Amino acid sequence: MIEVKKLVKRFGLKTILRGVDFSVEPGEFVALLGPNGSGKTTFLRILASLSRASMGSVNVAGYSLPNESAQVRAKLGVVTHMPLLYPDLTAEENLQFYARMYGITNHQSRITQVLEMVGLEYRRKDLVRTFSRGMQQRLAIGRAVIHDPEVILFDEPYTGLDQDASEMLDDVLRTVTATGRTVVMTSHDLARAEDLATRFDILSRGVITATATQKELKKTNLLTFYKQAMVE
Amino acid sequence: MATKSKMIGNRKLKVGGRKSSAFRFPPSAAPRFLAKPTFFKATMAIVQKDLAAEFRSRELLSAMLVFSMLVILIFNFALELDIKVRQSVTAGVLWTTFAFAGTLGLNRSMAVEKDRGCLDGLLLAPVDRSAIFFGKAISNLAFMLIVEAIVLPLYALLYNEVRIFQPAFLGVILLGSIGYIAVGTLLSAMSVQTRTRDVLLPILLFPVAIPVLLASVKASGGLLNNATFAEILTPLNLLIVYDVIFIAVAFMVFDFVVEE
Repeated sequence: MIEVKKLVKRFGLKTILRGVDFSVEPGEFVALLGPNGSGKTTFLRILASLSRASMGSVNVAGYSLPNESAQVRAKLGVVTHMPLLYPDLTAEENLQFYARMYGITNHQSRITQVLEMVGLEYRRKDLVRTFSRGMQQRLAIGRAVIHDPEVILFDEPYTGLDQDASEMLDDVLRTVTATGRTVVMTSHDLARAEDLATRFDILSRGVITATATQKELKKTNLLTFYKQAMVE
Repeated sequence: MATKSKMIGNRKLKVGGRKSSAFRFPPSAAPRFLAKPTFFKATMAIVQKDLAAEFRSRELLSAMLVFSMLVILIFNFALELDIKVRQSVTAGVLWTTFAFAGTLGLNRSMAVEKDRGCLDGLLLAPVDRSAIFFGKAISNLAFMLIVEAIVLPLYALLYNEVRIFQPAFLGVILLGSIGYIAVGTLLSAMSVQTRTRDVLLPILLFPVAIPVLLASVKASGGLLNNATFAEILTPLNLLIVYDVIFIAVAFMVFDFVVEE
Protein backbone atom coordinates (compact mmCIF):
# COMPACT_ATOMS: atom_id res chain seq x y z
CA MET A 1 0.00 0.00 0.00
CA ILE A 2 2.91 2.33 0.81
CA GLU A 3 6.35 1.85 -0.74
CA VAL A 4 9.17 4.28 0.01
CA LYS A 5 12.70 3.77 -1.30
CA LYS A 6 15.85 5.69 -0.40
CA LEU A 7 13.91 8.79 0.58
CA VAL A 8 16.02 11.87 1.23
CA LYS A 9 14.67 15.24 2.33
CA ARG A 10 16.80 18.34 2.64
CA PHE A 11 15.84 21.80 3.83
CA GLY A 12 18.66 23.96 2.50
CA LEU A 13 21.89 22.46 3.81
CA LYS A 14 20.15 20.46 6.52
CA THR A 15 19.31 16.84 5.73
CA ILE A 16 16.24 15.65 7.65
CA LEU A 17 15.69 12.22 6.09
CA ARG A 18 18.75 10.24 5.00
CA GLY A 19 17.61 7.43 2.75
CA VAL A 20 14.48 6.01 4.38
CA ASP A 21 13.21 2.64 3.14
CA PHE A 22 9.69 1.89 4.32
CA SER A 23 6.80 -0.25 3.18
CA VAL A 24 3.34 -0.96 4.55
CA GLU A 25 1.02 -3.78 3.53
CA PRO A 26 -2.73 -3.19 3.13
CA GLY A 27 -4.52 -3.29 6.50
CA GLU A 28 -1.35 -2.85 8.55
CA PHE A 29 -1.24 -0.34 11.42
CA VAL A 30 2.30 0.96 11.68
CA ALA A 31 3.45 3.11 14.59
CA LEU A 32 6.36 5.30 13.59
CA LEU A 33 8.23 6.17 16.76
CA GLY A 34 11.22 8.34 17.42
CA PRO A 35 12.50 11.32 19.37
CA ASN A 36 11.69 14.94 18.56
CA GLY A 37 13.48 16.10 15.42
CA SER A 38 13.95 12.61 14.04
CA GLY A 39 11.97 13.46 10.89
CA LYS A 40 8.63 11.73 11.61
CA THR A 41 6.44 14.69 10.69
CA THR A 42 8.53 15.49 7.60
CA PHE A 43 8.20 11.87 6.51
CA LEU A 44 4.42 11.91 6.96
CA ARG A 45 4.13 15.23 5.12
CA ILE A 46 5.94 13.71 2.16
CA LEU A 47 3.58 10.69 2.19
CA ALA A 48 0.66 13.15 2.28
CA SER A 49 2.07 15.08 -0.72
CA LEU A 50 2.34 18.23 1.39
CA SER A 51 6.10 18.24 0.94
CA ARG A 52 8.31 17.11 -1.92
CA ALA A 53 11.10 14.57 -1.49
CA SER A 54 14.60 15.75 -2.45
CA MET A 55 15.51 12.23 -3.64
CA GLY A 56 14.04 8.74 -3.68
CA SER A 57 10.73 7.25 -4.71
CA VAL A 58 7.37 7.30 -2.91
CA ASN A 59 4.33 5.22 -3.90
CA VAL A 60 1.03 5.41 -2.03
CA ALA A 61 -2.02 3.31 -2.92
CA GLY A 62 -0.52 2.46 -6.30
CA TYR A 63 0.28 6.01 -7.31
CA SER A 64 3.66 7.70 -7.34
CA LEU A 65 4.52 11.02 -5.78
CA PRO A 66 4.79 13.82 -6.75
CA ASN A 67 3.52 13.09 -10.28
CA GLU A 68 0.18 11.57 -9.25
CA SER A 69 -0.37 13.57 -6.09
CA ALA A 70 -4.06 14.31 -6.74
CA GLN A 71 -4.79 10.57 -7.04
CA VAL A 72 -2.82 9.90 -3.85
CA ARG A 73 -4.69 12.62 -1.97
CA ALA A 74 -8.02 11.05 -2.98
CA LYS A 75 -6.97 7.79 -1.24
CA LEU A 76 -5.52 9.44 1.84
CA GLY A 77 -6.83 10.82 5.14
CA VAL A 78 -4.57 12.85 7.40
CA VAL A 79 -4.97 13.69 11.09
CA THR A 80 -2.39 15.90 12.76
CA HIS A 81 -2.20 17.48 16.21
CA MET A 82 -3.90 20.49 14.56
CA PRO A 83 -7.54 19.77 13.74
CA LEU A 84 -7.55 21.48 10.28
CA LEU A 85 -11.04 22.77 11.07
CA TYR A 86 -12.58 26.22 10.78
CA PRO A 87 -13.62 27.51 14.22
CA ASP A 88 -16.28 29.85 12.82
CA LEU A 89 -18.11 27.07 11.01
CA THR A 90 -20.28 24.42 12.62
CA ALA A 91 -19.22 20.76 12.73
CA GLU A 92 -21.65 20.05 9.90
CA GLU A 93 -20.44 22.99 7.79
CA ASN A 94 -16.82 21.92 8.23
CA LEU A 95 -17.58 18.39 7.06
CA GLN A 96 -19.78 19.72 4.26
CA PHE A 97 -16.92 21.88 3.03
CA TYR A 98 -14.44 18.98 2.99
CA ALA A 99 -17.02 16.68 1.40
CA ARG A 100 -17.41 19.16 -1.44
CA MET A 101 -13.64 19.45 -1.82
CA TYR A 102 -13.49 15.65 -2.22
CA GLY A 103 -16.35 15.64 -4.71
CA ILE A 104 -18.72 13.60 -2.52
CA THR A 105 -22.23 13.81 -3.93
CA ASN A 106 -24.23 12.24 -1.06
CA HIS A 107 -22.62 14.41 1.58
CA GLN A 108 -25.63 14.82 3.89
CA SER A 109 -26.02 11.11 4.65
CA ARG A 110 -22.27 10.68 4.78
CA ILE A 111 -21.85 13.57 7.25
CA THR A 112 -24.51 12.08 9.52
CA GLN A 113 -22.73 8.72 9.51
CA VAL A 114 -19.34 10.26 10.20
CA LEU A 115 -20.67 12.43 13.03
CA GLU A 116 -22.31 9.36 14.58
CA MET A 117 -19.04 7.46 14.26
CA VAL A 118 -17.06 10.11 16.15
CA GLY A 119 -19.89 10.66 18.64
CA LEU A 120 -20.62 14.26 17.73
CA GLU A 121 -24.02 13.99 16.04
CA TYR A 122 -25.59 15.91 18.94
CA ARG A 123 -23.21 18.85 18.32
CA ARG A 124 -23.53 18.99 14.53
CA LYS A 125 -25.01 22.53 14.51
CA ASP A 126 -22.53 23.96 17.02
CA LEU A 127 -19.58 26.13 16.08
CA VAL A 128 -16.26 24.29 16.25
CA ARG A 129 -14.80 27.08 18.37
CA THR A 130 -17.11 25.97 21.20
CA PHE A 131 -15.68 22.42 21.11
CA SER A 132 -13.13 21.11 23.59
CA ARG A 133 -9.73 20.04 22.25
CA GLY A 134 -10.75 16.38 22.43
CA MET A 135 -13.98 17.00 20.53
CA GLN A 136 -12.12 18.93 17.88
CA GLN A 137 -9.71 16.05 17.47
CA ARG A 138 -12.59 13.58 17.09
CA LEU A 139 -14.16 15.82 14.48
CA ALA A 140 -10.74 16.03 12.79
CA ILE A 141 -10.83 12.24 12.45
CA GLY A 142 -14.31 12.54 10.95
CA ARG A 143 -12.93 15.08 8.49
CA ALA A 144 -10.08 12.76 7.57
CA VAL A 145 -12.34 9.77 6.86
CA ILE A 146 -15.22 11.61 5.18
CA HIS A 147 -14.09 10.30 1.79
CA ASP A 148 -13.48 6.76 3.11
CA PRO A 149 -9.72 6.76 2.44
CA GLU A 150 -7.70 3.56 2.04
CA VAL A 151 -4.74 4.99 3.96
CA ILE A 152 -4.88 7.16 7.08
CA LEU A 153 -1.89 9.06 8.44
CA PHE A 154 -1.95 10.17 12.08
CA ASP A 155 0.70 12.66 13.13
CA GLU A 156 0.86 12.88 16.93
CA PRO A 157 -2.94 12.76 17.27
CA TYR A 158 -2.78 12.68 21.09
CA THR A 159 -0.84 15.93 21.48
CA GLY A 160 -2.57 18.28 23.91
CA LEU A 161 -5.29 15.82 24.93
CA ASP A 162 -6.05 14.99 28.53
CA GLN A 163 -6.51 11.39 29.73
CA ASP A 164 -10.27 11.25 29.10
CA ALA A 165 -9.99 12.82 25.68
CA SER A 166 -7.17 10.43 24.80
CA GLU A 167 -9.29 7.44 25.76
CA MET A 168 -12.18 8.71 23.67
CA LEU A 169 -9.76 9.17 20.79
CA ASP A 170 -8.59 5.58 21.32
CA ASP A 171 -12.17 4.45 20.76
CA VAL A 172 -12.56 6.50 17.62
CA LEU A 173 -9.20 5.29 16.32
CA ARG A 174 -10.18 1.67 16.88
CA THR A 175 -13.47 2.28 15.16
CA VAL A 176 -11.79 3.86 12.17
CA THR A 177 -9.10 1.22 11.87
CA ALA A 178 -11.45 -1.73 12.48
CA THR A 179 -12.56 -1.48 8.87
CA GLY A 180 -9.22 -2.72 7.55
CA ARG A 181 -7.72 0.58 6.55
CA THR A 182 -3.97 1.00 6.34
CA VAL A 183 -2.70 3.29 9.07
CA VAL A 184 0.60 5.00 9.79
CA MET A 185 0.77 6.85 13.11
CA THR A 186 3.58 8.84 14.65
CA SER A 187 3.47 9.14 18.42
CA HIS A 188 5.49 9.65 21.56
CA ASP A 189 2.93 7.69 23.54
CA LEU A 190 4.41 4.18 23.59
CA ALA A 191 1.53 2.71 25.59
CA ARG A 192 -1.06 3.75 23.07
CA ALA A 193 1.12 2.80 20.13
CA GLU A 194 1.67 -0.67 21.64
CA ASP A 195 -2.04 -1.09 22.20
CA LEU A 196 -3.13 -0.03 18.73
CA ALA A 197 -0.41 -0.83 16.19
CA THR A 198 0.52 -4.09 14.52
CA ARG A 199 4.05 -2.98 13.64
CA PHE A 200 6.56 -0.57 15.14
CA ASP A 201 9.26 1.31 13.24
CA ILE A 202 11.82 3.48 14.98
CA LEU A 203 12.96 6.57 13.09
CA SER A 204 16.08 8.13 14.47
CA ARG A 205 18.26 10.86 12.93
CA GLY A 206 16.54 10.51 9.58
CA VAL A 207 16.76 6.73 9.13
CA ILE A 208 14.66 3.78 10.27
CA THR A 209 16.87 1.99 12.77
CA ALA A 210 14.59 -0.86 13.89
CA THR A 211 11.36 -2.61 12.99
CA ALA A 212 9.29 -5.11 14.94
CA THR A 213 5.85 -6.61 14.62
CA GLN A 214 3.42 -7.02 17.51
CA LYS A 215 4.19 -10.77 17.58
CA GLU A 216 7.93 -10.17 17.78
CA LEU A 217 7.40 -7.77 20.66
CA LYS A 218 5.72 -10.42 22.80
CA LYS A 219 9.18 -11.49 24.02
CA THR A 220 9.96 -7.99 25.21
CA ASN A 221 7.98 -4.76 25.52
CA LEU A 222 7.88 -1.69 23.33
CA LEU A 223 9.76 0.51 25.76
CA THR A 224 12.73 -1.89 25.92
CA PHE A 225 12.66 -2.29 22.14
CA TYR A 226 12.54 1.49 21.69
CA LYS A 227 15.42 2.09 24.08
CA GLN A 228 17.54 -0.57 22.40
CA ALA A 229 16.82 0.92 18.98
CA MET A 230 17.84 4.39 20.19
CA VAL A 231 21.12 3.08 21.66
CA GLU A 232 21.96 1.32 18.41
CA MET B 1 -17.03 -3.33 29.48
CA ALA B 2 -13.74 -4.64 30.71
CA THR B 3 -10.89 -2.20 31.18
CA LYS B 4 -7.35 -3.43 31.66
CA SER B 5 -4.26 -1.58 32.81
CA LYS B 6 -0.81 -1.78 31.31
CA MET B 7 2.54 -0.74 32.79
CA ILE B 8 4.79 1.19 30.43
CA GLY B 9 7.94 2.31 32.21
CA ASN B 10 6.67 3.70 35.46
CA ARG B 11 3.31 4.70 34.00
CA LYS B 12 0.10 2.80 34.46
CA LEU B 13 -2.27 3.39 31.62
CA LYS B 14 -5.79 2.28 31.03
CA VAL B 15 -5.87 0.54 27.68
CA GLY B 16 -8.28 -1.60 25.81
CA GLY B 17 -11.26 -0.27 27.74
CA ARG B 18 -14.50 0.61 25.99
CA LYS B 19 -13.56 -1.51 23.02
CA SER B 20 -15.04 -0.14 19.88
CA SER B 21 -18.17 -1.61 18.52
CA ALA B 22 -16.32 -1.85 15.18
CA PHE B 23 -18.63 0.66 13.59
CA ARG B 24 -19.22 -0.12 9.96
CA PHE B 25 -20.86 2.15 7.48
CA PRO B 26 -24.05 0.80 5.99
CA PRO B 27 -23.77 0.66 2.19
CA SER B 28 -26.10 3.64 1.82
CA ALA B 29 -23.65 5.83 3.75
CA ALA B 30 -20.59 5.01 1.68
CA PRO B 31 -19.49 8.18 -0.06
CA ARG B 32 -20.43 8.52 -3.70
CA PHE B 33 -18.04 10.61 -5.70
CA LEU B 34 -18.12 12.80 -8.73
CA ALA B 35 -15.95 11.34 -11.50
CA LYS B 36 -13.44 13.98 -10.42
CA PRO B 37 -13.94 16.92 -8.03
CA THR B 38 -14.30 19.75 -10.51
CA PHE B 39 -12.20 22.86 -10.46
CA PHE B 40 -15.26 25.10 -10.38
CA LYS B 41 -16.98 23.22 -7.53
CA ALA B 42 -13.84 23.27 -5.39
CA THR B 43 -13.35 26.99 -6.06
CA MET B 44 -16.94 27.76 -5.13
CA ALA B 45 -16.72 25.59 -2.00
CA ILE B 46 -13.78 27.69 -0.79
CA VAL B 47 -15.57 30.96 -1.60
CA GLN B 48 -18.72 29.89 0.24
CA LYS B 49 -16.71 28.66 3.21
CA ASP B 50 -14.78 31.96 3.44
CA LEU B 51 -17.92 34.09 3.14
CA ALA B 52 -19.82 32.00 5.71
CA ALA B 53 -16.94 32.13 8.20
CA GLU B 54 -16.41 35.86 7.69
CA PHE B 55 -20.06 36.86 7.95
CA ARG B 56 -20.14 34.95 11.24
CA SER B 57 -16.93 36.32 12.75
CA ARG B 58 -16.68 39.69 10.91
CA GLU B 59 -13.03 39.87 11.96
CA LEU B 60 -11.56 40.67 8.59
CA LEU B 61 -14.25 42.98 7.22
CA SER B 62 -14.49 45.05 10.38
CA ALA B 63 -10.71 45.54 10.51
CA MET B 64 -10.60 46.56 6.84
CA LEU B 65 -13.56 48.90 7.21
CA VAL B 66 -12.39 50.66 10.35
CA PHE B 67 -8.92 51.08 8.87
CA SER B 68 -10.32 52.50 5.60
CA MET B 69 -12.58 54.96 7.40
CA LEU B 70 -9.68 56.15 9.55
CA VAL B 71 -7.50 56.73 6.49
CA ILE B 72 -10.27 58.66 4.74
CA LEU B 73 -10.82 60.77 7.86
CA ILE B 74 -7.11 61.44 8.36
CA PHE B 75 -6.76 62.56 4.76
CA ASN B 76 -9.85 64.70 5.18
CA PHE B 77 -8.24 66.61 8.04
CA ALA B 78 -4.74 66.58 6.56
CA LEU B 79 -5.84 67.92 3.18
CA GLU B 80 -7.70 71.01 4.29
CA LEU B 81 -7.42 72.41 0.83
CA ASP B 82 -9.79 74.12 -1.48
CA ILE B 83 -12.32 72.03 -3.28
CA LYS B 84 -10.40 71.90 -6.59
CA VAL B 85 -7.26 70.50 -4.99
CA ARG B 86 -9.32 68.01 -3.03
CA GLN B 87 -10.90 66.76 -6.20
CA SER B 88 -7.50 66.39 -7.85
CA VAL B 89 -6.27 64.06 -5.10
CA THR B 90 -9.39 61.87 -5.06
CA ALA B 91 -7.89 58.99 -7.05
CA GLY B 92 -4.69 58.96 -4.97
CA VAL B 93 -6.50 59.02 -1.63
CA LEU B 94 -8.92 56.30 -2.65
CA TRP B 95 -6.26 53.94 -4.00
CA THR B 96 -4.00 54.49 -0.99
CA THR B 97 -6.95 53.53 1.21
CA PHE B 98 -7.86 50.48 -0.87
CA ALA B 99 -4.26 49.27 -1.10
CA PHE B 100 -3.60 49.41 2.64
CA ALA B 101 -6.99 47.98 3.58
CA GLY B 102 -6.52 45.26 0.97
CA THR B 103 -3.17 44.28 2.48
CA LEU B 104 -4.82 43.93 5.90
CA GLY B 105 -7.46 41.65 4.41
CA LEU B 106 -4.99 39.56 2.41
CA ASN B 107 -2.80 38.96 5.44
CA ARG B 108 -5.70 37.94 7.64
CA SER B 109 -7.36 35.76 5.02
CA MET B 110 -4.30 33.52 4.61
CA ALA B 111 -3.35 33.68 8.30
CA VAL B 112 -6.73 32.14 9.19
CA GLU B 113 -5.88 29.16 6.97
CA LYS B 114 -2.32 28.80 8.26
CA ASP B 115 -2.85 29.28 12.01
CA ARG B 116 -5.06 26.23 12.47
CA GLY B 117 -3.39 24.18 9.77
CA CYS B 118 -6.39 24.55 7.47
CA LEU B 119 -4.10 25.37 4.56
CA ASP B 120 -2.87 21.77 4.83
CA GLY B 121 -6.51 20.66 4.85
CA LEU B 122 -7.06 22.51 1.57
CA LEU B 123 -3.84 21.16 0.06
CA LEU B 124 -4.88 17.60 0.93
CA ALA B 125 -8.00 17.81 -1.22
CA PRO B 126 -7.66 15.94 -4.51
CA VAL B 127 -8.22 19.01 -6.66
CA ASP B 128 -5.96 21.11 -8.81
CA ARG B 129 -4.28 23.41 -6.31
CA SER B 130 -4.88 26.47 -8.43
CA ALA B 131 -8.56 26.03 -7.46
CA ILE B 132 -7.42 27.00 -3.95
CA PHE B 133 -5.84 30.15 -5.36
CA PHE B 134 -8.97 31.09 -7.27
CA GLY B 135 -11.21 30.35 -4.29
CA LYS B 136 -9.13 32.52 -1.98
CA ALA B 137 -8.72 35.25 -4.60
CA ILE B 138 -12.47 35.45 -5.28
CA SER B 139 -13.31 35.68 -1.58
CA ASN B 140 -10.56 38.29 -1.04
CA LEU B 141 -11.96 40.27 -3.97
CA ALA B 142 -15.47 40.03 -2.51
CA PHE B 143 -14.22 41.42 0.82
CA MET B 144 -12.36 44.23 -0.92
CA LEU B 145 -15.39 45.12 -3.03
CA ILE B 146 -17.63 45.19 0.06
CA VAL B 147 -15.19 47.59 1.74
CA GLU B 148 -15.03 49.73 -1.40
CA ALA B 149 -18.84 49.81 -1.61
CA ILE B 150 -18.96 51.28 1.90
CA VAL B 151 -15.93 53.57 1.60
CA LEU B 152 -16.97 55.25 -1.67
CA PRO B 153 -20.22 56.78 -0.34
CA LEU B 154 -18.38 57.89 2.80
CA TYR B 155 -15.72 59.51 0.65
CA ALA B 156 -18.38 61.21 -1.48
CA LEU B 157 -19.97 62.59 1.68
CA LEU B 158 -16.78 63.89 3.27
CA TYR B 159 -15.15 65.23 0.11
CA ASN B 160 -18.31 66.34 -1.67
CA GLU B 161 -17.30 64.27 -4.70
CA VAL B 162 -20.16 62.46 -6.45
CA ARG B 163 -18.38 61.85 -9.77
CA ILE B 164 -16.84 58.71 -8.28
CA PHE B 165 -20.13 56.92 -8.90
CA GLN B 166 -19.86 57.12 -12.67
CA PRO B 167 -19.83 53.57 -14.16
CA ALA B 168 -16.44 53.99 -15.88
CA PHE B 169 -14.83 55.00 -12.58
CA LEU B 170 -16.35 51.99 -10.83
CA GLY B 171 -15.12 49.80 -13.71
CA VAL B 172 -11.55 51.03 -13.16
CA ILE B 173 -11.85 50.30 -9.43
CA LEU B 174 -13.00 46.78 -10.27
CA LEU B 175 -10.12 46.18 -12.70
CA GLY B 176 -7.56 47.60 -10.26
CA SER B 177 -8.95 45.53 -7.40
CA ILE B 178 -8.78 42.34 -9.47
CA GLY B 179 -5.10 42.92 -10.30
CA TYR B 180 -4.21 43.89 -6.74
CA ILE B 181 -5.99 40.90 -5.25
CA ALA B 182 -4.54 38.45 -7.82
CA VAL B 183 -0.95 39.36 -7.03
CA GLY B 184 -1.74 39.87 -3.33
CA THR B 185 -3.29 36.42 -2.90
CA LEU B 186 -0.29 34.77 -4.53
CA LEU B 187 2.20 36.70 -2.41
CA SER B 188 0.22 36.21 0.79
CA ALA B 189 0.35 32.44 0.20
CA MET B 190 4.15 32.83 0.12
CA SER B 191 4.52 35.22 3.04
CA VAL B 192 2.16 33.27 5.32
CA GLN B 193 4.75 30.46 5.48
CA THR B 194 7.19 32.80 7.25
CA ARG B 195 7.29 34.04 10.83
CA THR B 196 7.39 37.69 9.73
CA ARG B 197 4.36 37.41 7.47
CA ASP B 198 2.69 40.64 8.69
CA VAL B 199 5.75 42.67 7.73
CA LEU B 200 6.75 40.63 4.72
CA LEU B 201 3.53 40.88 2.72
CA PRO B 202 3.55 44.68 2.23
CA ILE B 203 7.29 44.59 1.49
CA LEU B 204 6.73 41.99 -1.23
CA LEU B 205 3.40 43.27 -2.47
CA PHE B 206 3.81 47.01 -2.94
CA PRO B 207 6.78 46.89 -5.35
CA VAL B 208 5.06 44.24 -7.46
CA ALA B 209 1.72 46.06 -7.33
CA ILE B 210 3.15 49.47 -8.37
CA PRO B 211 2.10 49.05 -12.03
CA VAL B 212 -1.50 48.22 -11.09
CA LEU B 213 -1.71 51.03 -8.53
CA LEU B 214 -0.18 53.62 -10.88
CA ALA B 215 -2.41 52.56 -13.76
CA SER B 216 -5.48 52.63 -11.51
CA VAL B 217 -4.68 56.10 -10.16
CA LYS B 218 -4.00 57.42 -13.67
CA ALA B 219 -7.13 55.92 -15.19
CA SER B 220 -9.45 56.93 -12.35
CA GLY B 221 -7.83 60.38 -12.06
CA GLY B 222 -8.25 60.85 -15.80
CA LEU B 223 -11.93 59.96 -15.61
CA LEU B 224 -12.50 62.51 -12.82
CA ASN B 225 -10.68 65.18 -14.83
CA ASN B 226 -12.89 64.54 -17.87
CA ALA B 227 -10.05 63.10 -19.94
CA THR B 228 -10.94 61.60 -23.29
CA PHE B 229 -11.10 57.84 -23.72
CA ALA B 230 -7.90 57.95 -25.80
CA GLU B 231 -6.07 59.60 -22.90
CA ILE B 232 -6.94 56.88 -20.41
CA LEU B 233 -6.54 54.04 -22.89
CA THR B 234 -2.89 53.39 -21.96
CA PRO B 235 -3.44 52.92 -18.20
CA LEU B 236 -6.60 50.94 -18.93
CA ASN B 237 -4.69 48.59 -21.24
CA LEU B 238 -1.95 48.26 -18.64
CA LEU B 239 -4.57 47.34 -16.02
CA ILE B 240 -6.13 44.67 -18.22
CA VAL B 241 -2.75 43.20 -19.23
CA TYR B 242 -1.59 43.19 -15.60
CA ASP B 243 -4.75 41.40 -14.49
CA VAL B 244 -4.42 38.73 -17.19
CA ILE B 245 -0.68 38.19 -16.60
CA PHE B 246 -0.92 37.85 -12.84
CA ILE B 247 -3.93 35.58 -12.91
CA ALA B 248 -2.09 33.36 -15.41
CA VAL B 249 1.14 33.43 -13.39
CA ALA B 250 -0.71 32.55 -10.17
CA PHE B 251 -2.50 29.70 -11.96
CA MET B 252 0.85 28.25 -13.05
CA VAL B 253 2.97 28.73 -9.93
CA PHE B 254 0.55 28.42 -6.99
CA ASP B 255 1.25 24.69 -6.61
CA PHE B 256 4.99 25.38 -6.15
CA VAL B 257 4.37 28.33 -3.85
CA VAL B 258 2.37 26.32 -1.32
CA GLU B 259 4.37 23.08 -1.42
CA GLU B 260 7.40 22.75 0.86
